[in-house]
Amino acid sequence: MGLFKLKGFPGSGSFPHGIHPPDNKALSVNMAVEVMETPRTVTLPLLQHLGVPCKQIVKSGETVSYGQMVGKGEAFVSASLHAPIAGKVKRNTMVTLPNGRHLDAITIQAEGEQIPPERIWEEVKFTEWLRPMDSFSDYEPMDIVKKIQSSGIVGLGGAAFPTHVKVMPNDTRVIDTLIVNGCECEPYLTCDYRLMVEAPEAIVAGALLAGRAVSAREIVICVEDNKPEAIRRLQDAARQTVAQIVVLKTKYPQGSEKHLVKAVLGLEIPLGGLPADAAVAVSNVQTMATVARSIINDIPMTHRVISVSGRGICNPKNIFVPIGVSLAEVVDFCGGLTPDAARIISGGPMMGFSFSDLSAPVTKGASGLTVLTHEEVRRAEETHCVRCGRCVDACPMNLVPTRLALAARYNNPELAGQYHIRACVECGCCAYVCPAKLNLVQLIRAGKVQLNAWERR
Amino acid sequence: MSDTNRQIDSAMSPENRPGRKPPFIHVAPSPHISDSRAGTQRMMLDVILGLSPAILVSLYLFRFYALKQLIVCVVACLAAEYLFVRMRGKSFTLKDCSAIVTGVILGLSMPGSAPWFVGALASVVGIGIGKIIFGGVGMNIFNPAMVGRAFVMIAFAQLMGAGAYENLTGLVDAVSGATPLSALKFNGVHTGIAPLFMGVTNGSIGEVSAGACILGGLYLIYRKTVSWQIPASILITVALIAAITDIAGGYQGLFLLHHLFAGALMFGAFFIATDPVTSPLTAKGKMMFGAGTGCLIMVIRLFSGYPEGVMFAVLIMNAITPLINRWTIPQPLGQREV
Repeated sequence: MGLFKLKGFPGSGSFPHGIHPPDNKALSVNMAVEVMETPRTVTLPLLQHLGVPCKQIVKSGETVSYGQMVGKGEAFVSASLHAPIAGKVKRNTMVTLPNGRHLDAITIQAEGEQIPPERIWEEVKFTEWLRPMDSFSDYEPMDIVKKIQSSGIVGLGGAAFPTHVKVMPNDTRVIDTLIVNGCECEPYLTCDYRLMVEAPEAIVAGALLAGRAVSAREIVICVEDNKPEAIRRLQDAARQTVAQIVVLKTKYPQGSEKHLVKAVLGLEIPLGGLPADAAVAVSNVQTMATVARSIINDIPMTHRVISVSGRGICNPKNIFVPIGVSLAEVVDFCGGLTPDAARIISGGPMMGFSFSDLSAPVTKGASGLTVLTHEEVRRAEETHCVRCGRCVDACPMNLVPTRLALAARYNNPELAGQYHIRACVECGCCAYVCPAKLNLVQLIRAGKVQLNAWERR
Repeated sequence: MSDTNRQIDSAMSPENRPGRKPPFIHVAPSPHISDSRAGTQRMMLDVILGLSPAILVSLYLFRFYALKQLIVCVVACLAAEYLFVRMRGKSFTLKDCSAIVTGVILGLSMPGSAPWFVGALASVVGIGIGKIIFGGVGMNIFNPAMVGRAFVMIAFAQLMGAGAYENLTGLVDAVSGATPLSALKFNGVHTGIAPLFMGVTNGSIGEVSAGACILGGLYLIYRKTVSWQIPASILITVALIAAITDIAGGYQGLFLLHHLFAGALMFGAFFIATDPVTSPLTAKGKMMFGAGTGCLIMVIRLFSGYPEGVMFAVLIMNAITPLINRWTIPQPLGQREV
């Protein structure tokens, strides 16, 4: 596509291998973000992020106001939790998240006067974020980091890694470039796209603030070339600031940290390392918008935009929801399931978790809900691997997935180790292209467990 | 009704609800979508489609003889697959069409004059010893069609050797003489390049027309059913070695072109060596495999008692494939240089 533009960066704008699945974003791409009304209850699991669970600091029966901290992230790699509605704390419950984790959760029942959620959304969309044109020089880097930490902000792209850990200034690990990830390469999902179109100023403001925190020399916002409208809006918003917009070629998994860094900067993040090892910090666009709001308006992370899409849902939508609202309410808000719905997925169809328990709450890392119909779902009639090598051509990590999977099937962790099984990011490219329909990703996950057990002998 | 079902029932849109069962929701690991165009059966059908130009040329040229060989081999392969799979008590695997592909390739690599039992025996040996013994489709080490052909080539040297090509009665003149490679090897006679390309010459029924093989092979490469690395590296290696011999002998290019277009080279490079099961997995490995096959073909053609070496070259390289795979484990993205 003609939009592709990568002037002044050493990367090629793409990465080797990868796949082009049909993106199906048309279902929800033009649905402006709708605001969900305040729910009667919210359920807040104490671990919604990568790291140590936060510690509950409110008791059952206590009254909490909007934005009050209810769980404190005491460890460094942890994140605090805040009440997304005003109300009364009920008895704790156990919830099962779509990813299979059983967690203790704080339940809050709405009570008293609520801030209308429309007002919160208007605040995010506020266009004068960038009023101080001097790149927010009156904010001290350390203050920004502390604020991010106390606001409980985590990566909203899916992995939910606590953001303050990424932006913490560190003498030994200098960050040169802050990459803001607006690729959203998962099929169906459109929440980041809508945010880039509707609130580009908040994203740019957040990026400038986070860039200031890590003292990055360059701040780049990366978008795939299948999102021309988002690119235009971001370019308008970033005019006269130091943030640059970079357009990358559309390919799955372009939104993966490792591949994004490779595509923009030509650098490789070492295996088992963090982007910081390549002097880069990577964060999602929605995270940046949340950062802007928490620092400038002093409001913690309580809401997020999710997309609800797929042909198994009656009215695909992008919605602004409070953290902790149950997924059943979200599905109801979108008109319910269609009769031929077959699979409910938290996240996108390539890497999302399928689940059946709709009482699970929306967590900070949940980027959307995809409901597939029987026709769309991958069918599991497995045949034999004929070693056609399509998985090898698709693997963005340059692995040999069939070898890894068969090593796992025959419980041969030594072979799996030789073929670098730990490098697998479980993006699903191999299983997507496999003509034998092998469950390659699942087998590789099993292989990693086998390798760990074998090494611990 | 379980809690989950009740939830899902209540999550259905109201207008869908009355009198209808709740949707059947199931869970599975990611990814939840797959490329519907890809399938093992589809790959095998592609190969048959890619072979069709060669089949048509053989039917035009050898008429009844070609039809006989193809039918004998395909039927025998299917029967053998059915029989052996039943013997192992495994589920029926005819649906993936791999036995048909083996049969067609085997049939196309037979001389037209071979009696029916030669083709049938080759099929049974190819499927039985070449494939099923190793565990069926995807597990074999050697190309089944070539295992079968090698067996009958040695067991029935008279019926399969160079002589077999010369006693076809009732065929067009061009195809009743010696095959181009034996004519060159034993009598020093060159066949014209145009007949070799078009296929108006003698040989195994499917290999005679280099043009038909190239056409079908390019289709397979376009469909990504076979990789381009193997045919390209075989042809380049053969061309290089033939060119050196050509220059050394002062043939002015005729020798080079003759080796490229005569015999089973094109057929082997595009349809036999590219069998995914028995060739390496990585691009680098495929290059090594092709280069090795090309070298062996020319070594056998130039120095052995056989006029043609594609079959043995592919079988020898099949044996080395696991080793090549081990040599060419790719370095993952971000692997630190050791």
